[in-house]
Amino acid sequence: MNKISKVSDFKKLSAGDEVQFSGAIYTGRDQAHKKLVEILKAGKKMPLDLRGKIIYYCGPTATRPGHKIGSCGPTTSQRMDKLTEPLLKAGLSAMIGKGRRAKSVRLACKKYKSVYFLSPGGCGALLAERVTSKKIIAFSELGPEAIQKLEVKDFPLIVAIDTKGKSIYSDL
Amino acid sequence: MNLMNTKKLKSEVEKIVAESSFCIRKDVFKLLKKAYRLEKKLKPKNALKLIIDNAVIAKKKSLAICQDTGLPIIFLEVGKNISVNSKIIEAIKLSVERAYKKNYLRPSIVDAVKRGKSSYTGALLHIDFVSDLKGMKIALLPKGFGCENKSQLRMFNPTVDISEIEDFIISVVKKAGPEACPPFVVGVGIGGTSDTALLLAKKAFLGRIDCLNKDKDLRLMEKRLLKRVNLLKIGPMGLGGSTTALAVKIAKAQTHIAGLPVGVNISCHALRSAFINIKL
Repeated sequence: MNKISKVSDFKKLSAGDEVQFSGAIYTGRDQAHKKLVEILKAGKKMPLDLRGKIIYYCGPTATRPGHKIGSCGPTTSQRMDKLTEPLLKAGLSAMIGKGRRAKSVRLACKKYKSVYFLSPGGCGALLAERVTSKKIIAFSELGPEAIQKLEVKDFPLIVAIDTKGKSIYSDL
Repeated sequence: MNLMNTKKLKSEVEKIVAESSFCIRKDVFKLLKKAYRLEKKLKPKNALKLIIDNAVIAKKKSLAICQDTGLPIIFLEVGKNISVNSKIIEAIKLSVERAYKKNYLRPSIVDAVKRGKSSYTGALLHIDFVSDLKGMKIALLPKGFGCENKSQLRMFNPTVDISEIEDFIISVVKKAGPEACPPFVVGVGIGGTSDTALLLAKKAFLGRIDCLNKDKDLRLMEKRLLKRVNLLKIGPMGLGGSTTALAVKIAKAQTHIAGLPVGVNISCHALRSAFINIKL
């Protein structure tokens, strides 16, 4: 299993590679995507600069006292498909989720040199152990759907779509 | 007629909320471990290992097996020697809500049109009166939407061949794909009306999944379907291998001469659920 911590190394990865990532990832799912795309369309100031960032399709459970985070596995990526390209265009480097993507996402990964990773679905308790800190960045009113910055250590990922637009799955 | 001890009922309901979210069912865990043992391909074997490790961590740390702690669905079976009224129903729903909060589960319920901020309020409840039952049975099925979104209903003609129904079920599993968190448990409801077929598909999850169906026709169908599902080679995380489903469970009901509704519901590998048996 390859350890990886630099976003600039993502271009070396190929579909099917298994890696453990350490560094910062940002949670963001349905409602956060909708809001980010609206802000981009309106040309307003973004709550975070997407360049070089990794978005994690995840809405964790509440955090128990004494814990770093609650259960925090991936949600279905498919629902973000239509809202993905504008974020890649704004500089987003990678996405983490579960399941297949639309052809448009695969082609956009190639165009913008971005990667789509899988994290193990339904393994939120195991993944919580790999999170060392969390901080709300935007949209706190969305509760579990807020954008949070997570620092992760050895977060298990599989490359599902690489920067050449190659995928381990067939397109949705 | 016996009246329920509401205080005791509330604490029992709170217990199964925690149990369903933190502890994997014994029958499900048994089949997951069997799938891991039998898997020969490295990637799906590793994915099954993560699923098993996750279940161990969740139980030990009282952390939710999955962050999608679901829309809680309560199934009540009420026997003839017990009196149940709206007060009891409200007490059950409130206990579920309270236990979700107390156990740091995710507020995932919203108004269907307004959306807005999610909360813990809105558990669903189905009730059946069972004449040969004494006491009451409560089952809690917190349904995550990664797999719920893959549900399908088809209204077949009454002259349809069983093989066409089986093709439909296979097509639903194929469409569910990696995003619904395989290996699945596939629930099927055959008969009734459109609504009952889908409800039966969920009720099919409530019995043990490592036991054979008592109905011979359904037992043979389940066997054929499980074999075909596993030939799809979707596998854990969609990484292939020999286990796409742990089990196929079918329930049936009387239906109309003019039709044949078939509902299919997919459960992820966790099949979260827990049960109370109140004897009175």
